[in-house]
Amino acid sequence: MDFSQLLADVPTLVAVIVGVPVVLAAYIIGGEYLVRLLPDKARPSVRPWIWVGPALAFVGVFLVYPVFGTAYRSLFDLSGDNFVGLSNYANQLSGFPAGGAWIAIRNNLYWLAFFTILVLLFGLLFAVLTDRVPYESPIKSLIFMPMAISFVAIALIWKFMYSYQPPGEPQTGTVNAILAVFHQDPRIWVQDPNLANQALIVAAVWGFVGFAMVILSAALKGIPGDLLEAARVDGAGELTIFRRIIFPLMMPTIVVVGTTLVIFALKAFDIVYVMTNGNYDTDVLANRMYKLLNAAQDYGNASAVAIILVAAVIPVLIFNLRQFRAVEARR
Amino acid sequence: MASVTFDHVVKRYTADLTVVKDFNVEIKDKEFMVLVGPSGCGKSTALRMLAGLEAISEGQIRIGDRVVNDIAAKDRDIAMVFQSYALYPHMSVYDNMAFPLQMQHLKKPDIDKRVKSASGILGLDNFLQRKPRALSGGQRQRVALGRAIVRNPKVFLLDEPLSNLDAKLRGQTRIELQKLHRDLETTFIYVTHDQVEAMTMGDRIAIMNAGILQQVGTPGEIYDHPANLFVAGFIGSPTMNFVPATTENGSAKASGFSVKLPKAVSATRGTLGFRPEALTDRVADEASSMQMKVDVVERLGSDQFLYGKVGSDSVTARVDPRMKVDPGDTVKLGLDTRTLHFFDAETELALL
Amino acid sequence: MTIASEQIATPAAERRFSPEWLGQGFSKVLLHVVVIGITLIWIIPTLGLFVSSFRPLDQFTASGWWTALVPPFKFTLDNYTGVLDASNLGQSFFNSFMITIPATVIPVTIAAFAAYAFSWMKFWGRDFFFLALVGLLAVPLQGTFVPILKLFVQLGLTADKVGFVGLWLVHTGYGLPFAIYLLANFFRALPTDLFESAEIDGAGTLTVFFRIVLPLSVPAIASLVIFQFLWIWNDYLVALIYVGSTAEVAPLTVTLANLVGSKGQDYQLLTAAAFFSMVVPLIVFFSLQRYFVRGILAGSVKG
Repeated sequence: MDFSQLLADVPTLVAVIVGVPVVLAAYIIGGEYLVRLLPDKARPSVRPWIWVGPALAFVGVFLVYPVFGTAYRSLFDLSGDNFVGLSNYANQLSGFPAGGAWIAIRNNLYWLAFFTILVLLFGLLFAVLTDRVPYESPIKSLIFMPMAISFVAIALIWKFMYSYQPPGEPQTGTVNAILAVFHQDPRIWVQDPNLANQALIVAAVWGFVGFAMVILSAALKGIPGDLLEAARVDGAGELTIFRRIIFPLMMPTIVVVGTTLVIFALKAFDIVYVMTNGNYDTDVLANRMYKLLNAAQDYGNASAVAIILVAAVIPVLIFNLRQFRAVEARR
Repeated sequence: MASVTFDHVVKRYTADLTVVKDFNVEIKDKEFMVLVGPSGCGKSTALRMLAGLEAISEGQIRIGDRVVNDIAAKDRDIAMVFQSYALYPHMSVYDNMAFPLQMQHLKKPDIDKRVKSASGILGLDNFLQRKPRALSGGQRQRVALGRAIVRNPKVFLLDEPLSNLDAKLRGQTRIELQKLHRDLETTFIYVTHDQVEAMTMGDRIAIMNAGILQQVGTPGEIYDHPANLFVAGFIGSPTMNFVPATTENGSAKASGFSVKLPKAVSATRGTLGFRPEALTDRVADEASSMQMKVDVVERLGSDQFLYGKVGSDSVTARVDPRMKVDPGDTVKLGLDTRTLHFFDAETELALL
Repeated sequence: MTIASEQIATPAAERRFSPEWLGQGFSKVLLHVVVIGITLIWIIPTLGLFVSSFRPLDQFTASGWWTALVPPFKFTLDNYTGVLDASNLGQSFFNSFMITIPATVIPVTIAAFAAYAFSWMKFWGRDFFFLALVGLLAVPLQGTFVPILKLFVQLGLTADKVGFVGLWLVHTGYGLPFAIYLLANFFRALPTDLFESAEIDGAGTLTVFFRIVLPLSVPAIASLVIFQFLWIWNDYLVALIYVGSTAEVAPLTVTLANLVGSKGQDYQLLTAAAFFSMVVPLIVFFSLQRYFVRGILAGSVKG
């Protein structure tokens, strides 16, 4: 390994880390002096634009414009020169149920349903359980830890978990080893079209439960202890208290976590790409789009798949916006 | 050191929401003026308009001779103490007090002098390096005061500064504030919803209700001569007794008694008002006596309060603590007609 | 305060109809067993990989990693040294830093200014733009790749010409909605009278921002920095798209994924490589957990 080349780049890194805030601070301060040149009345109308300007510019260029750009590009063919209207979409959506993008769509729906529900279920369960033990903090750290690593690493960890040796040999994968204890045959989890999706989803669930648990735990602790004590004095048992007091009060948070999980399920890429590359019936939309983009260089169809993905997210987006406005109205 | 004048000041948020209506009051230089009234009466809004934190919809506010309507808050030469103190949590006590002076670009030695002087007056010398979270409520309040004092303003504005203190501290601080006012010899404008604070602290009191100024006067004037039903009921604890009555030939007749009015009044229907201490168990004049069926007796040691009914009206009486009364008794009480009030049925103005 | 520990003790007879199965005696033991069991299950995948990374290759196909925990111990560090030689992990490690740090600093700074404006200034379209930001939180990045790639090629912002500048720019754009949302929520919660007092004291916008708002916002900014740092360090897709997988420019995630593809049978290298990529995030996570969790909680707890 050539360290000298690496060291040569360190000055650039430092320059960026120090330079950027300095430049931006100079921008704001300079902007303020310009604003002070204006008459008093005009200042409050002009000043905010200096402050939000860079942010709006970045968001506009990198988030808003490209989505429209993608939609536009999806109407052209692979080369980008010929307008083909909606034929890319027809392409992707043809051959139901097994052609075009339908397998990916079906899998994304699997993810949407199972991933979301499993993460919420376990997250809620763990939040409630850990709340009742004194060593709660370290436990939550350990369960949350997978969120700190990349999903590529998680994919690798579970590739090992799913390792397969032919039956009769000692198993090297944890999952198959546990099956062996119960005298079951080992399965080729990641390459069996009947099992692969579930295998991937389990890996993702393992990674995300900590996230749900932490948030739901905070919501749980936000319930005033008085309410629960009053319920106990009223004679309610623990299950009843959970069902009729704790769970309903946590519902808004559960919904928020749920929408985040749904969005992740629709965008799932890393785990699928690294573990199976979409083979064995595990393809998802994000993976499909990447293959079209990279391997086939078919920007037209890739854009179409991207837009399908965006469209799938829109109901969640609208829901989020409604929730947000309801909360704001109550302020 | 300046007078403050509110001249037909109006604060309107929308066409149907006017929070301060035609507010006129003149506060003299060095006076301690209290704006008091129930929540939402517009007193805080009036104060904030004076501070420059709210725009003035109509009218003029003058500090001294200067019209300040369009002058920015920082240039009005006022200082404000907020209900929650608004201390900068990440700065020490010293820095909190120095901050306004730094904004004025004073030199370091001058800042130091002023901060030390204020902290001396307020007894904060030992706390100068502490952060607000390491201070008690009373100490924080003093820092808020200190931050106002260092500015040497023309007017001090205080927005319910005692609300966040516990009862005992409130009493102590009330006294300290009055002493401070005397020492600083500057105009204080003080907003509160607590009529006890108003009565004890103000040179004069301005009572507001629903955006309208009800009455301005010294505590004595307001107590003895309330201008209307609202003021009469707001000031004084326990509240003044209100008994509906009709008048005829110089006499007022209520459901349980009648009394000769010391002066003729123009209205035929209205409300009789008399304070609990206007009733006594030593009946001097049979013509102004009443029978009360006692429901509840409160013995406070120095006072005794009887709560009960006279006729069909609820009445409170303050009687000699040694009088022997039990709930359920019927007692005869005499009414001092010299402090009797009568309020017109429609206008609610005091006619007596 | 744990909820169970505040229970009021009820006589056994009354308890018949209310299953306090997470309460007294035996149930309490069961609770601990369940919780510890779950935790162990959660640790096992990572633990398995960690133990494996110290095993020589011939052991991999012979027996499960758990067998290495009993004697005879056949541990080795060869995997770690081997993977550094066999791949460009060292370079990737550096690349990850070169990508992540600027891509964290830039959006956080820009977001701080914008969030302050959204919280404490009035301007035309403010609520609309903020709503738009909230909406953009959900947008899949896939919907942006094609046009931006084209733009970068046109402007010469590709990896071979300007290194990671393109990545810094896109990560800024992608990260701003969340960053602004988090900081704006925090700024808005600051007490109004703090600002009013500063106004009366004569502080201008810059003074209020740099001397009052920023110092008070250190926890929120720390949370954001850590969250953004981990997010970008662990990112795979965006790096893959904009920078590709050539050795000089690939960050750790890309290199790791490549190893799975190219050296899929060299398990021993993969395990070491995986942990190589996990070292920095794990250090950041365990030492600064508090802030990371706070970042996650931002805006998530409702009701």
